[in-house]
Amino acid sequence: MIAFIGRLGQFSIDRVAAMGKMFNFLLAAFMLVFRRPAKLNLIVYHIKTIGVDSLSVVALSGFFTGMVMGFQGYYSLRKFSAESFLGSAAALGLIRELGPVLSAFMVTGRTGSAMAAELGTMRATEQIDALDSMAINPVKYLVSPRIIAGLIAMPLLTAIFDVIGIFGSYLVGVSMLGVSSGSFFAGIENSVVFHDVYSGFVKSISFGLIITWICCYKGFNAPPMATGVSQATTESVVLSFVLILVWDYFLTSIML
Amino acid sequence: MNHTRTDILVGIFVLVGITCLGYLAIRLGKLELFGSQGYVLTADFASVAGLKPGDPVEIAGVKVGRVEAMTLAEDKARLTLRLNDGVKFQEDVIASVRARGLIGDKFVLVSPGASDKIIPPGGKIRETDSQPDIPDLIGKIVGGDLTSKGDKKDDSQKK
Repeated sequence: MIAFIGRLGQFSIDRVAAMGKMFNFLLAAFMLVFRRPAKLNLIVYHIKTIGVDSLSVVALSGFFTGMVMGFQGYYSLRKFSAESFLGSAAALGLIRELGPVLSAFMVTGRTGSAMAAELGTMRATEQIDALDSMAINPVKYLVSPRIIAGLIAMPLLTAIFDVIGIFGSYLVGVSMLGVSSGSFFAGIENSVVFHDVYSGFVKSISFGLIITWICCYKGFNAPPMATGVSQATTESVVLSFVLILVWDYFLTSIML
Repeated sequence: MNHTRTDILVGIFVLVGITCLGYLAIRLGKLELFGSQGYVLTADFASVAGLKPGDPVEIAGVKVGRVEAMTLAEDKARLTLRLNDGVKFQEDVIASVRARGLIGDKFVLVSPGASDKIIPPGGKIRETDSQPDIPDLIGKIVGGDLTSKGDKKDDSQKK
């Protein structure tokens, strides 16, 4: 019995300590952003890896999500002969919820896993220790630019996802199913208010932070072995997905 | 100045992203960057149930402005309407809250008047007409008391 309670205590202390370590890591990365020299070209490079390289997959998933919204919305709304609400249903769903969450999922799968694997390999091959021994702060050099790039690239990707998704639902709703183009766009413009766009924006920024933070932390602290790298990659993707969904719930309940 | 391929790709990406964000915020979200345009009129209604800020103001089905704010003024609902420049309201226009269809969005319908006098910016529309609420009407028909509703309200207020 005592042994069980002791194990439970040990487990809890370990968890809390791990959370504290993760938070300290984020704090250190943030503080180092403001220390000179500014690594602008690194930030630009990571905007490319997070943003530009994910653009095609984000655009494709946004397009198909929008088309599915068009179909599903049409068949549910037709029961109330309210097809003219298709535009507002699709646009609100995309801007408030699906855009931020699905583009964050895409970026996690596309870039987050690569980030964790890259940093994990650098740890395993002692490149991070080499940076340290050359008096280059590895957190400032490797982590801070990625976090800043994530904060910049995620909202832009989400906005692109939203617009392409609305276009996709327009294509299905108006061109294929025959909803009038006027009522489609009038529905969007009447129902979407600035607060919807704003809440989607806040969500996407925080998802950008979550993805880069979790993936960098897991990669940076990967056990220096081949299995360590694979484990870090898996953990970072799973943890990012879960945190995105949980945080999305809290943000929605706060901002609704 | 020689820029790398990365610079140019990121530049294009940021431009496209900001364009999309701008489209969402300004066109769909109706964000007003350059201050608000048009002028403001107020109107007092007995009830504006179902209306929200941002709903359109229409004359004969044409959108001429939107509801900017809803406040309470001496037991009445005071609407602040922001109207496009160039839209002129005569003094005897009648404003009413209507619904599009049975469950449709509410909007403010303005029926043109015949007076020569124009309401100045910041003025007030005097004639308003509150449509009876449709669920309320159905309730009255089902309950069978189209006349005694007002009396009941007084009774409940006395208690």
